[in-house]
Amino acid sequence: MTVQEVRLCGLLLQQHFGNVVEKVGTHLIRSGVLTLRALAYETKLPLDLVKKSLCVLVQHGMCTFGAGRRGPAGPVEYRINCESIIHMLRYPRYIYTAKSLYGDTGELIVEEILQRGQMTMSSTVRTVADRLTNNMPEGQSMDYSEVVSAFSRLVETHFLQRCPPLASAGSSSSTLDTPLPASTQPTEPESHPDCYKLPYINLTGQGKRRRSSEGGEADQRAAKKARTDNSECGDDGIYWQVNFQRFHLHFRDQAIISAVSCKLDQSSSEIVRTMLRMSEVTTLAHAAFTQALSSNEIFRALQSSYNIARPNLDQYLSLLVDDPMEFVGKTGDSGGGMYVVNLHRALANLARATLESVVQERFGSRSARIFRLLLRKRHLEQKQVEDFAMIPAKEAKDMLYTLLSENLVQLQEIPKTPDYAPSRTFYLYTVNQLPTARLLLQHCYKTVCNLIERRLYETKENKRLLEKSQRIEAILASLQATEAEAAQLTEVEEMITVPERQQLESLRHHINKLDSSENQVDESIFLLESYIKSTQASR
Amino acid sequence: MAGNRGRGRSQFTFNVDALGFGRGDSLPSSAQTPSPLFPPMQFRPVPLHTGEEVDYMLALKQELRASSKNLPFHIKAARTKTDVARYSDKYQNGEPKNNCIEWSPDWSRMPKELCIKVRKTRKAAIGARPQLTPKVAAKKEEVLQKLETLEKREEEQHSEEEEDEEKKKKNDEEEEPDADEDYDEEELEDETDYIMSYFDNGEDFGADSDDNMDEAVY
Repeated sequence: MTVQEVRLCGLLLQQHFGNVVEKVGTHLIRSGVLTLRALAYETKLPLDLVKKSLCVLVQHGMCTFGAGRRGPAGPVEYRINCESIIHMLRYPRYIYTAKSLYGDTGELIVEEILQRGQMTMSSTVRTVADRLTNNMPEGQSMDYSEVVSAFSRLVETHFLQRCPPLASAGSSSSTLDTPLPASTQPTEPESHPDCYKLPYINLTGQGKRRRSSEGGEADQRAAKKARTDNSECGDDGIYWQVNFQRFHLHFRDQAIISAVSCKLDQSSSEIVRTMLRMSEVTTLAHAAFTQALSSNEIFRALQSSYNIARPNLDQYLSLLVDDPMEFVGKTGDSGGGMYVVNLHRALANLARATLESVVQERFGSRSARIFRLLLRKRHLEQKQVEDFAMIPAKEAKDMLYTLLSENLVQLQEIPKTPDYAPSRTFYLYTVNQLPTARLLLQHCYKTVCNLIERRLYETKENKRLLEKSQRIEAILASLQATEAEAAQLTEVEEMITVPERQQLESLRHHINKLDSSENQVDESIFLLESYIKSTQASR
Repeated sequence: MAGNRGRGRSQFTFNVDALGFGRGDSLPSSAQTPSPLFPPMQFRPVPLHTGEEVDYMLALKQELRASSKNLPFHIKAARTKTDVARYSDKYQNGEPKNNCIEWSPDWSRMPKELCIKVRKTRKAAIGARPQLTPKVAAKKEEVLQKLETLEKREEEQHSEEEEDEEKKKKNDEEEEPDADEDYDEEELEDETDYIMSYFDNGEDFGADSDDNMDEAVY
């Protein structure tokens, strides 16, 4: 793990689970694999706290455990899965996607499961029904069957999956089992045949409305208590988790479609959307391109609302194939032409566009021109750069050296003679897309870390003011509940002076901006990560 | 290779023009200090995206952050008592203890060594006691049990010991968690005449400094 990734994981763990889990988590990331005792000894925390933290991490799927180096008889070893910690940054995006696809019910289901790590179907259905009922007007309540149907749809489209069964029983004492391998790999969820099979549960009823007379304590109890009456429903032990990979495939498809609509036009993007939707089930996760689809099939699958005639479809497809971004490729002529969407190439082009835009925004459009030139022409001498880019020599030198010092451009030496004499060596400038993408990804992680730290700093600076405003809001709320007069309300409101109000307002504005920036940087992180992963998969 | 040393003293081995400065000029001075922490930017950054989607995700993010503080997964270390033991300690509740976990995970999916006592709320424990009194009989075990329950009443709020744990587990199986939680905890507790806030020893004031200060929900 790189320094920036470790730092980001630490900040995210602290934000969601507190300092104790952060300490345990970062130590485990740095050390790799550890046993419980070793972890407690090295972090100098009480053993119980370490146990609690590990429970939290295992519950959320961020930590895996298995028989260690000494085999099943030895102590259990724990390993952290950094990727799933960094996914915490993207939780709002997952929830929003679920909302846009499956409505409020889907949104709440995904939110509950993300917050709790793993849940059984029955407990999810009950909690979500209760939450929805509370938001509905008085007298109505949400039926369990609607929530169950939303849950089933999420499972059918693979957005939710069952948690994999344990490979071994940890430090179990059963010696009758066949000897386990020295390092048990955690089973992939997809290798379990029942991964997407819904259990039959006997659950009927409606969501219960939370009575306001029960007050705050009832809320806490309801929120904290895991529903313990699973035994009625028959799905004991079957836990569901969010399938992040499926969400990532969806985001990737969205990125491709929006890129096509920006570059070409709306109709072409609808055609690409249809093609991607048709090949959703048949394409593997790491495939370089979708299954070949004939033009006839695409025409039949196109929704009539798009109003694209058959000859127009062929024209659009040939335009897409000829486009330098290479989103769509033609693989044959049968059936009116066989077309595929080039997934990996599309990702590479999107990553390249990201790199170019970063250079443009930081160093100006002329430096961006040089950068694009080097990406296309691979290796160029300094003189050639000046000529091709049509930039005067002095400025071109300056820009090249700035890019070189930022490590966006590399220098390749080609000697003419065995002694690398400078006068007899070619110095060529070059840009390698993959290492540059990795560099920028690390910059993105660092950016997010800095944003989070700045936000924490801002909140700490204004802590006193925030607490005061919280107290006043609480007082106002209680006054309004008891229907006090307007005079009392204004009196309480005036307890915050005008400059304090302005300060609060500007603080709120800053924090919103910082949070929004985090979300936006996360989009770049997603693109770069997908690109890097796609190059690794194809090896 | 000795090669071509050159006739003059100031002849370089590489083509000087390519470097961008002439022969007679002085070299740029070397940097004496580290580069500035916040270097001035040449170009202003592009403004952030706006729109309904962006606003909704922002609200989601802040809500998630605030609600995760209230979940039982947010682990706080128990505060070590630096002072003398106080009478009000018996009536303090709600403080996280190190040796119990606030939620009940599925232990069959976790390694055995992580198993830790699940914290029973005080209400659950209170609900248990009224049901104990009818069970008292003249038998030896019942007498022992009565002694133990009396002992438990005294030590109610201290860190639970092994026998208490088993007792409570047995009792909790009998009770209904939901029904007994209507007790007004403050007044029926341990037959005192005082409200629970009477026993607030002021330790909480200003003590929750903590650095996971993540602020108000907007």
